[in-house]
Amino acid sequence: MAKNGSVDRRNFLKSAAVTGAAIVGSAAASEAQNAPPAPAAAAPGTAPIAPRETDPSLEADIVTTDRPGGDFMVDVLKSLNLEYVAANPGSSFRGIHESIINYGGNSAPEFITCCHEESSVAIAHAYSKVEGKPMAVLVHGTVGLQHASMAMYNAYCDRVPIIVMAGNTLDATMRRPGVEWNHSVQDAAAMVRDFTKWDDLPWSLPHFAESAVRAYKISMTPPMMPVMLVLDGGLQEDPISDEVKGRLRIPKLTLTTPPQGDAGAVAEAARLLVNAQNPVIIADRLARTPAGMAHLIELAEVLQAPVIDQGGRMNFPSHHALNLSNGGRALLGNADVILGLELADFWGTVDSFRDSLIRSSRPITKPGTKLISITAGDLYMKSNYQDFQRYPEVDIAMAADAEATLPALIEAVKRAMTGDKKTAFEARGKRYSEQHGNALDRTRSDAAVAWDASPVSTARLTAELYNVIRNEDWALVSASGNTSNWEKRLWKFDKHYQWLGGSGGAGVGYGAPAAVGGALANKKHGRISVAIQGDGDFMYAPGVWWTAAHHKLPLLAVMHNNRAYHQEVMHVQRMGNRHNRGITRAHIGTTLEDPFINYAQIVKGMGVYSEGPISNPNDLGPALARALAVVKKGEPALVDVVTQPR
Amino acid sequence: MKKHLVLTFIFFAACVMASAAQQAPAQQNASAQQQQNAPQGNAANGRKLFVSFGCYQCHGYEAQGGSAGARLAPRPIPYAQLLKYVRHPTGEMPPFTEKVVKDSELTDIYAFLRAQPPAPDVDKIPLLKQ
Ligand code: HEC
Repeated sequence: MAKNGSVDRRNFLKSAAVTGAAIVGSAAASEAQNAPPAPAAAAPGTAPIAPRETDPSLEADIVTTDRPGGDFMVDVLKSLNLEYVAANPGSSFRGIHESIINYGGNSAPEFITCCHEESSVAIAHAYSKVEGKPMAVLVHGTVGLQHASMAMYNAYCDRVPIIVMAGNTLDATMRRPGVEWNHSVQDAAAMVRDFTKWDDLPWSLPHFAESAVRAYKISMTPPMMPVMLVLDGGLQEDPISDEVKGRLRIPKLTLTTPPQGDAGAVAEAARLLVNAQNPVIIADRLARTPAGMAHLIELAEVLQAPVIDQGGRMNFPSHHALNLSNGGRALLGNADVILGLELADFWGTVDSFRDSLIRSSRPITKPGTKLISITAGDLYMKSNYQDFQRYPEVDIAMAADAEATLPALIEAVKRAMTGDKKTAFEARGKRYSEQHGNALDRTRSDAAVAWDASPVSTARLTAELYNVIRNEDWALVSASGNTSNWEKRLWKFDKHYQWLGGSGGAGVGYGAPAAVGGALANKKHGRISVAIQGDGDFMYAPGVWWTAAHHKLPLLAVMHNNRAYHQEVMHVQRMGNRHNRGITRAHIGTTLEDPFINYAQIVKGMGVYSEGPISNPNDLGPALARALAVVKKGEPALVDVVTQPR
Repeated sequence: MKKHLVLTFIFFAACVMASAAQQAPAQQNASAQQQQNAPQGNAANGRKLFVSFGCYQCHGYEAQGGSAGARLAPRPIPYAQLLKYVRHPTGEMPPFTEKVVKDSELTDIYAFLRAQPPAPDVDKIPLLKQ
């Protein structure tokens, strides 16, 4: 604990105890005073045996403070402009909790009450993607962090900044017996260190200030990731001593400039792209900010090259003539140059893999296709968790932030272009524009198949949802449960906040809290947040709907209720088929039947407007319209729809 | 749950969807003659088997297809082709051998696929015009 004059809990109480003892002369104190003096020099290895220390447990006169350490911590959080802190309350951070709500006025950061730490982190995860800056989370250093860990892993895989703060009680002699021991740990951050970018255990309040500012800066440096601070209980709760008061300051925050690709590599990439017959651009976690999409549009239009948006972020307008995201293999098979922008999995993008009795893979691209990668992922990697995917054999690897590199690449492409290229590019663009139009027509006629089916088709579900929101300022903040990507194929996405990408680590249970976090961020912008909610995902931590109701978040969710962990139904079926038996039993352990779950009733119990379960597709439109009216009043609503599997 | 498998599967499914969509027009064009040459089956039983054998999981209850499997109806591929594919799939679909699904059962499934009504005219669905 804090040394050198900072008043830690133990020393503070000790001195208070001595003062108190002088006044009241308690029995314990006088007993200590009357103890025989220790021998001047003890034999080596034999420490002087003092009477059993009573710990500074004497009743002190000083029983309050009006300047606990937590107040200064709040000053620091305010300086970082952290708008919210999500938490399920926990005694190891009761000090800063109280400072936030009283000293800080429960504003910037405002406390968001959560029913599970996994929800707290996933809320912050989605919020951070909307706002482009971290949100804070508070957890118990032990049990709370254990709950939070999967969501932190998702955020790590998704390269999203979050500031997680964990309470802990370090001084063993100052712990309350029982629970506080269970909730204390030597090295709290150890269990999440493999999937956080940085952590620290501040020893004093000045140390906290420096580490909090540093944590913010590190989390915001691409590749962005969660960071963690462990907050000692004594540091939060004890008074700020005069000595420490004199040293309190909050360091200046200067964010790191995102790293740009090397100029030579940028020029070479531009040369390859300009000279290519069939270049293809693929974007995954590219657009960190609105500028990312604008740059990608410019690059694609200059080259008249098709774009495949893998959807890690809102990278490219869905209805742009050069959007051929569903062109898939054919496009890649024909490409001579492929530019990958922040791809989570370049290898898996250009290779196919067959999950058969004998697993096999082969390239999708033709021999000689040049692969250019720009990703900040190459700048920071850890060993234990394998989210880095298979090693991609690329021709140019720029360890750089793709969004920050695009302006230079666009300029280099323009410089490398000649007049004759421009004409050829225009002809190419026309071809792709036609393909885009044809794909859209095909999507629409495919969507018409099973239009009137019950259970409701996923195409119908997404089309009905779009119909009620399309004239609003909407954002699809979360889509879990797989709806065959109909929303991306049918809806017009053209604003950066209209899509946030997925969970990152495919840790199921992200969808529901992410919807709440997205709605939290969008609220002040007056946007209607919508979510397509998988039923399996919902059941991990449904309490997040209470958070949505409590904080009055305008969120419209439709349940894609296929009554199963459907991905797993298919996996088990695959095993049955492969082993030539039991192909009618894949539902065992994978479906949510017998009894069916009534989601409308669940959220109703938490104060949320709800309808359903709806099985007749014709009932869906009117139900959604009624739910939207509730959402427009500033409250959440959920419509449960029994759906086709995919 | 094996959460880690989800992502991979989704990616392949996306590829499959893309390729299936591209192949669909050619493959779905079995002539009426070819479809009629198929052995007669029991469509109602076929619908049941389509569910109990798990075909619905990837192809949808109406065989409409999606990210996990190709569209099989309306207008299915010729029966012989279906039989061959189900026994020896070449893509992501798992194989169904004679040991677990009889030819006669596939005949019923084929009858179900053939009996699926045509999709409504897309121009008459305002929601798909937006
Ligand atoms: C685990 C998922 C899965 C299951 C279960 C499944 N399929 Fe498939 N099926 C696919 C996929 C994916 C394709 C697309 C081609 C490929 O990748 O194999 C396909 C393709 C087909 C095709 C070829 C379509 C064409 O246009 O060429 C037929 C026929 C077919 N499936 C029939 C069936 C039948 C009948 C059943 C049940 C007995 C079934 N499938 C079960 C995933 C599945």
